[in-house]
Amino acid sequence: MSITPESTADEIRSAAQEIIASGASAPKTGRDPINRPMIHNWVEAMGDGNPIYVDDDAARAAGHDGVVAPPAMAQVWTMRGLHGARTDDDPLGRASALFDEAGFTSVVATNCDTVYHRYTAPGEEVTLSAELVDVVGPKQTALGDGWFFTTRNTWSVGDEIVAEMNFRILKFRPAAKSAASDGYPDLDPAKLIRPSASRDTAFFWDGVAAHELRVQQLDDGALRHPPIPATWKSRGDDGEFGATDYVVASGRGSVYSHVVHHAPKVPGRSLPFVVALVELEEGVRMLGELRDVEPGDVQIGMPVEVTFLDFDADGDKPAWTLYAWRPAGTTGEGA
Amino acid sequence: MSANTAVGTALPPLTIEATPTFVVASALATRDFQDVHHDRDLAHQKGSKDIFVNILTDTGLVERFVTDWAGPRARIASISLKLGVPWYAYDGLTFTGEVTEVESTQVEGDRVTVAVTGTNSLGKHVISTVVFTLQEA
Repeated sequence: MSITPESTADEIRSAAQEIIASGASAPKTGRDPINRPMIHNWVEAMGDGNPIYVDDDAARAAGHDGVVAPPAMAQVWTMRGLHGARTDDDPLGRASALFDEAGFTSVVATNCDTVYHRYTAPGEEVTLSAELVDVVGPKQTALGDGWFFTTRNTWSVGDEIVAEMNFRILKFRPAAKSAASDGYPDLDPAKLIRPSASRDTAFFWDGVAAHELRVQQLDDGALRHPPIPATWKSRGDDGEFGATDYVVASGRGSVYSHVVHHAPKVPGRSLPFVVALVELEEGVRMLGELRDVEPGDVQIGMPVEVTFLDFDADGDKPAWTLYAWRPAGTTGEGA
Repeated sequence: MSANTAVGTALPPLTIEATPTFVVASALATRDFQDVHHDRDLAHQKGSKDIFVNILTDTGLVERFVTDWAGPRARIASISLKLGVPWYAYDGLTFTGEVTEVESTQVEGDRVTVAVTGTNSLGKHVISTVVFTLQEA
């Protein structure tokens, strides 16, 4: 059965099980026997001064019969080279193709664990056989949803296994870019004035960051916006004033009044833009930009709803969020 | 064999500068011709900041880091790598390590486990565990 991005997790898992069940690939011989020129290139590139790789006497002094290959070169002897192609039964290639077809097109290696059974020496011919041994998924990761799979490579000289490596890969579907990454064409977050929260307004901006429109509530239950200094709350035993009480507004309201701002320029904003005084369902009025509407189409009483504009972190400045209004029922950015 | 292999012993740190020459030379010495290790334009196209060091080189450097300290009589038995942030050209990586376990065996002499971490400007690039034995002189 063919796998597509619409395939279910069970279908993907069962296709992967087929690769596991097909077992190890046929042993493939490296291009050249283990040899000194490649060892020399390796120790030179690595800056490895261990003499047992280049000096027969030093190798014998260390208990070998003569020069040995660096164990970490086990994989090098069977690398495919510049124009090499994978064999049809190569499980890493098959598993990668499977997850590509399923839409998990990006790849990152997560683990590479090798056991060296014995040191090898120039002149020995190494073969590689590989199998898919483990598939786990789907998993949510920081990179996006994906599947982990493990292939086991076995290197042999004749019938003798000299090294085994488990190689674990995450094939993932890159996380969708947030609206912030796509940006808002009319806004330049690097120049926009960020909200500055005071002790009296911190609860409001914390709410915006959490995509909640919070309205201050007084002791008698009345709602108030903009928030007033909270000194009407009694001082606690610790000497601190109590935290501001608030309700979370529905975010729906209607245009009570508005202006179209043509001048002067405002940092980070394209002109013109609409500023609306919105009467919320909860009865308080709140100012904010009204987006997604032609300035000439704004009418008193038109239903609007809140939208939240998320901006990425920029250098050492953290990510942040603004609220704005848009005509009710539009499906656009933010919310 | 002069290195002290008591548990808790710290290995001398090793810093490797990933010049573009190092990134390319080590990729080719490991016969790894994937373009992201030698072709900056293609690395950019694939979303990478620059060419970056390949995994075979990580394994080779971890091996070197341990044998630099343990000496030529060390026999590497296993190297486990947990891979973290990329290691791009122009970034330095510093290996640090510590002996975490020593087991005496009849056949192979001491069997030593070392925890190795390679850290660059982005964070931990590789977290590794190396096991080696020490051959009798």
